[in-house]
Amino acid sequence: MTQRIKFFLINNGPLLTTITIFILVYFAGGRLYPAMQKPQVFFNLFINTAALLIVSIGMTFVILTKGIDLSVAGMIALTSAASAALLVNGVNPIVVMILMLLMGIVFGLAMGSIIHYLKVEPFIVTLMGLFFARGMAFIITLSSLTIKDPVYRYLALTKVHIPFFEKAYVYIPSLVGPILLLVAIYLANFTRFGRTVYAIGNNEQSAMLMGLPVARTKIIVYAFGGFCSALAGIVFSISLLSGYGGYAPGMELDAIASVVIGGTMLTGGVGNVIGTLFGVLINGTIVSILQFNGTLSSWWTRIGVGALTLIFIGIQSLFYMKKKN
Amino acid sequence: MKNNTPLFKRVRENRLFWPLVALSLIFIFNAIFSPGFFKLGILDGHLYGNLIDVFNNSAPLMLVALGMTLVIATGGVDLSVGAVIAISAAMGAVLINPVFGNEEITNAVAADPTLTNTPLWLVVVVTLVAGTLCGLWNGLLVSRAKISPMVATLILMVAGRGIAQLIERGQIMTVYYKPYHWFGNGFILGLPVSIYIVAIVYAIAWVLVRKTSIGLFIESVGLNAKSSYYSGISEKNVKLFAYTFCGFCGAVAGLILGSYIHAIDANNIGLNYELDAIFAVVIGGTLMSGGRFSLLASMVGALIIWTFTITMYIFGVPANALLAGRAVLVLVVILLYSDYARRILNRIFERKGLQHDTAN
Repeated sequence: MTQRIKFFLINNGPLLTTITIFILVYFAGGRLYPAMQKPQVFFNLFINTAALLIVSIGMTFVILTKGIDLSVAGMIALTSAASAALLVNGVNPIVVMILMLLMGIVFGLAMGSIIHYLKVEPFIVTLMGLFFARGMAFIITLSSLTIKDPVYRYLALTKVHIPFFEKAYVYIPSLVGPILLLVAIYLANFTRFGRTVYAIGNNEQSAMLMGLPVARTKIIVYAFGGFCSALAGIVFSISLLSGYGGYAPGMELDAIASVVIGGTMLTGGVGNVIGTLFGVLINGTIVSILQFNGTLSSWWTRIGVGALTLIFIGIQSLFYMKKKN
Repeated sequence: MKNNTPLFKRVRENRLFWPLVALSLIFIFNAIFSPGFFKLGILDGHLYGNLIDVFNNSAPLMLVALGMTLVIATGGVDLSVGAVIAISAAMGAVLINPVFGNEEITNAVAADPTLTNTPLWLVVVVTLVAGTLCGLWNGLLVSRAKISPMVATLILMVAGRGIAQLIERGQIMTVYYKPYHWFGNGFILGLPVSIYIVAIVYAIAWVLVRKTSIGLFIESVGLNAKSSYYSGISEKNVKLFAYTFCGFCGAVAGLILGSYIHAIDANNIGLNYELDAIFAVVIGGTLMSGGRFSLLASMVGALIIWTFTITMYIFGVPANALLAGRAVLVLVVILLYSDYARRILNRIFERKGLQHDTAN
């Protein structure tokens, strides 16, 4: 029995640490600033990190295959700018959303194909994607475009009340992330696709030798990443009701940091999607503690996230060594 | 390799060949579509013109590319150079007009061009030391703590700009102190000071890697870290050196950039420099997986990026939209350098079945 518990702890160590740290940070915040104990503050985390959560889920899959996707923030900006421009010209909002998602998928497919078939580092290809997407967004519009579409406004302003909590609410776009999370958990843990992703991350060569569809899976992973970025871009433009090429600066870093804090190793093959949720929540909690404090400045977020990333890499390698022995 | 390889092939396999081809393509484009590009004039006893601008603007990037080349040659990557630029420039700015505590400096005092709180040499030394320490930190994480380079430098990339803002207390510091402006705007014998600084750093790097065995060690570590270790090369120290040198280069770039702009904005100074530097190195033909490298080719890569940028500015492309153009440029370069494209090129240039190229 103790053996089993030990095994469980070593296997799920990083995830449990992430959850513990999230709870500790949140409770520390709650003790320091009693206003943080309100349930609404907790649900605000989901409202504020809606886009980050979606992007991080896509990023988790990419990182699991030992890749990286730096283009996510650019894709968010491009989606917001493109959809705003289309909506201003009176295109049906549903058509706009479908077009945006298609664009994300095609974008991801293109990057994945270049990465796999031309054997270029994922890092460089997606960097190019970032520049390309941001540049295209600025070609579409150099200034911020306001979205006045009634459907977008409805989605942005409708509150969804949380059962069992009085007065607690989230907005419709904040629900996209959690739903996508469920889908992602299913994909990662219960499908052939998910197992292939882990296998590629652990050792691409042996995955290929085992006859797994490496090429297809890798490209699908990047396409999924592009899909997630486009989805996040739609959520982002709904919550801001505008589109601009400069939106979400540096969000790719936040997403990577969240994934790492969530216990996924950047060397690929180790990690899970649930951890990413807590990574994102920790990120959001640090931000809200800073907001509640009011005197601390915003740069502490960056330093805090950086320090946490460092700590987590340490914890991960510790668990990894334990597991190897 | 046999000596009777055709001259064209030997030239083609030189590291500098493709970068120079790309650079001359851009120059030819300019010669046709904007003849004013090559015009040089003399103003106040120094040269001016687009070419001088290209050199002056690309100086910081060339410096960063130098350091990045060594890091990439060891098989790593340094994502933190932008943050290192911000930190070191912020250190310099703070020493010139400090904002310790909540004491605000009035404009009348701050705008005095002779006012400084620290002698200039100390400002320079502290700037350089700050960047070098950042590099040392990266090097320690990579070589001693065995964290993968991308992750290790990502930490400083995320936290670095926060630290720089912390140093500056969140303000954008304007530097009115005249002598400090010299590094980015001064001229010696008609040429910008920054070119001389680049030349000096390049000379140091060249002597270090080509006249001592460090260069060879770096290449061997990049090709195979384990076998270098077994053949008695201190793989750890080689990596430590590469990252520290990269930090130093970032610091020099920070000095030039801060001095050029006259103000240090922790959020924007050196923005995207890590990306541009990596591009410059990749254009220069150094493989991301490490191994053989060429410092000069990376510097030509940096020149290409800035020549392209300034050409686009001449044609009135907005700076932000330029990003897309730059991405296309990079895509072309990537495709040119990929094994697939190389194979096709080799097939075009050589008759079929002549010989199998072992150099690739």
